[in-house]
Amino acid sequence: MATASLSPSRRAWLRFKRNRLGYWSLVLFCVLVVASLFAEVLSNDRPLVVRYEGQTYFPIVRDYPETVFGGDFETPADYLDPFIRKQITQGDNWALYAPNPYGSQTINYFAEKPNPSGPSRANWFGTDDRGRDLLAQLIYGFRVSVLFALALTAIGVVLGIVTGAIQGFFGGKTDLAFQRFIEIWGSMPELYLLIIFSAVFAPSVGLLLILLSLFGWMGLSDYVRAEFLRNRQLDYVRAARAMGLSNAQIIWRHILPNSLTPVVTFLPFRMSAAILALTSLDFLGLGVPPGTPSLGELLSQGKNSIDAWWISLSTFGVLVLTLLLLTFMGDALRDALDPRKQDV
Amino acid sequence: MSEALLDVHDLRVAFQGQPVVHGIDFSIAPGEKLALVGESGSGKTVSALSLLRLVVNAEVSGQALLGGRDLLSLSERELRGVRGDEVAVIFQEPMTALNPLYTVGNQIGEVLQLKRGLTPRQARAGAVELLASTGIPEPERRVDAFPHQLSGGQRQRAMIAMALASRPKLLIADEPTTALDVSLRGQILELLSDLQRQHGMALLLITHDLPLVRRVADRVAVMEKGHLVEQGTVAEVFEHPRHAYTRKLLASEPERAVAEPAADAAPVMRAEGLRVSYPVPMPGFKGWFRKGSFTAVQGADLAVPAGGTLGVIGESGSGKSTLALAALGLLPFEGRLEVAGSGWAEARRDKRLRELRQRVQVVFQDPFSSLSPRLTVEQIVGEGLSVHRPDLPADQRRERVAALLAEVGLVDDPQRGADWLQRYPHEFSGGQRQRLAIARALIVEPQLLVLDEPTSALDVTVQKQVLSLLQRLQRDRGLSYLLITHDVGVIRAMAHEVIVMKDGAIVERGPALDVLTAPEHPYTRLLVQAAA
Repeated sequence: MATASLSPSRRAWLRFKRNRLGYWSLVLFCVLVVASLFAEVLSNDRPLVVRYEGQTYFPIVRDYPETVFGGDFETPADYLDPFIRKQITQGDNWALYAPNPYGSQTINYFAEKPNPSGPSRANWFGTDDRGRDLLAQLIYGFRVSVLFALALTAIGVVLGIVTGAIQGFFGGKTDLAFQRFIEIWGSMPELYLLIIFSAVFAPSVGLLLILLSLFGWMGLSDYVRAEFLRNRQLDYVRAARAMGLSNAQIIWRHILPNSLTPVVTFLPFRMSAAILALTSLDFLGLGVPPGTPSLGELLSQGKNSIDAWWISLSTFGVLVLTLLLLTFMGDALRDALDPRKQDV
Repeated sequence: MSEALLDVHDLRVAFQGQPVVHGIDFSIAPGEKLALVGESGSGKTVSALSLLRLVVNAEVSGQALLGGRDLLSLSERELRGVRGDEVAVIFQEPMTALNPLYTVGNQIGEVLQLKRGLTPRQARAGAVELLASTGIPEPERRVDAFPHQLSGGQRQRAMIAMALASRPKLLIADEPTTALDVSLRGQILELLSDLQRQHGMALLLITHDLPLVRRVADRVAVMEKGHLVEQGTVAEVFEHPRHAYTRKLLASEPERAVAEPAADAAPVMRAEGLRVSYPVPMPGFKGWFRKGSFTAVQGADLAVPAGGTLGVIGESGSGKSTLALAALGLLPFEGRLEVAGSGWAEARRDKRLRELRQRVQVVFQDPFSSLSPRLTVEQIVGEGLSVHRPDLPADQRRERVAALLAEVGLVDDPQRGADWLQRYPHEFSGGQRQRLAIARALIVEPQLLVLDEPTSALDVTVQKQVLSLLQRLQRDRGLSYLLITHDVGVIRAMAHEVIVMKDGAIVERGPALDVLTAPEHPYTRLLVQAAA
């Protein structure tokens, strides 16, 4: 007789792990996200450390004027300038550059070829039409997309659970009123509202997050509502009521944990929908403000300069990879949480 | 037996390599009634349905000769000719076995057109005729009814009509009466027997209900855990069971072992003029403006003796479960209802609701939906303590839970109980789960336990164990029970007083044994007869 018993969520996790494609997608996705969080170390136009004439500098965290490294001007040093580069690497001086020595908005004024230029030793993925390094933009753009999607998903999940729980648990008139509100709210033309708001307000990531969140919770709320409606009349909830638990205790301890299956199942799909939404809005120019690295903006550049195939191809590749990983994870999750699959 | 209609030899069924039926042999002669008996999980349904390859994902091997052809080696196409033609099936739950989108006539007619090649007009006439032969009143009108417009018994009759449409040689009836009320069971069985005689069909009856077998079948085959342990004529097996399991099954009628409550004790629960009604939607556009109301319990007077059991018996829809919920204070009601010296409304007003809840606890019917699948045994059973005794430190709470697990017979001694605390409900069988539900209710030391069909979802042998546990707890702790059931046997074993409910009203009341031996109301007489 085994002493350890596995909780339902633990068993679901074991089932998830058995789906190798989904499991490794999760691992790879996590690695990519964590790596993108350290984008400043991976891709930066400033060296991480500079040793210059016996002193150590950290340009990655501090601005130094050019004069520090023997330049002529008081302006912040441009470390891609061949003169500065020579200064800080000759003799005993050394500099540790990031693996990809460009930031997301860095314009290389010292490029050898006209913009946009194809992949080369200097720019592994080529540059865009303003001479910014594509790889750097992809790394930063991926980070913005994923963080945005995580935030949007988190807000949507919380709102969806709260509203669904209220409707499903209390039912009756509360439910009726909420449902009618959702019908009205859901029939608002979301895209046109976004266009209008982006004309009225200065576009920002925060504003986008708010606007998309306002409409993003409804689908999930319906699922949570249905789960609550089903679970609240099960015997274990009645027994808890007869035991004298308060509504909050019943929701929190008994109904909520048993109503989260659709929420968890839809997480990866909601993530990928959020990434796609941000990308499409950026593509249309309604998304993040100019100067923010964005996959959608890169796609629209790729469309405008169709000859620069490296722009559209690499952006497309990153998008496909991200969405594919999320979809594989979603499939594995859906299988793992399928109530008809009992075995471990 | 060369003249056998169906000859099954070494039938094995497995799911994903896990064998569930380990090579069974049986045969049915033309016109014979064979009952396949066993508890849930014994493989009786799987064995019968896998003959027609109706079980999904089952790996079937062996031989099943029907008229010289081996069913198990037929192609899917050939088998489709056999299904519903030479062999027809009736399922347990007629509501789910009939398609809700088509009228009954449509579904019967479909069989007639497919299997007998009738035209749609002839098929309709044939459907009316079949419905008439199953005893449905006004068959010309019912032929256009949708399944939900028929009552449970009528639906089962329609299912039988559909199965007979192709004039099968063998009818497989999978628990044909389990979903029906007791008073209907007899009628449906009689109908099946009549039709079986008229058409000369063989009948393979799958059931767990031994009285039913005795009444209907010629021969019986007993299954246990995928093995066929005994078969023979009904008289042989019932009179001289050879296998230990058969003897156990036959001896599973619950025994009465209850102490009489003190005659002068004040009742634990008392109700006068108790009325419970639900709002229901009104038909048509009237329902847009106001709700109708349905009265589930109409003015019930009852009293539960301290240390004794009040049995409430009735069929589905009689309002007995509503009565239980009202007693628990979970439903709004009118009239007077006092539990442990206090009414629910007063307790709510005086903020003593929690105190009152501690005195009345409940055990529900379905052991699977009554335990939250995401909580451990310790959390489930200990919950009452965390609500009513929040001052108790965690280790003492755990000790009490472990002790109670031993008391309800889930473990041998409290030390072993500790191993079980961190387990989740999915690892327990139905009987064990019901013991857990009893432990959850008892941890707060209530005076009154409401038992809502506590054993109807359990196998007969487990039912007997759980009932004797309840009897022991009553003797040891002086508990009072409000016992809701449809099963006369349970009342006979448990109840001191009994009330009989029909359509929300109490039709008969009195000391349990008196009512059962000399029922006065015709409805009570019907119930007692059906259970004999």
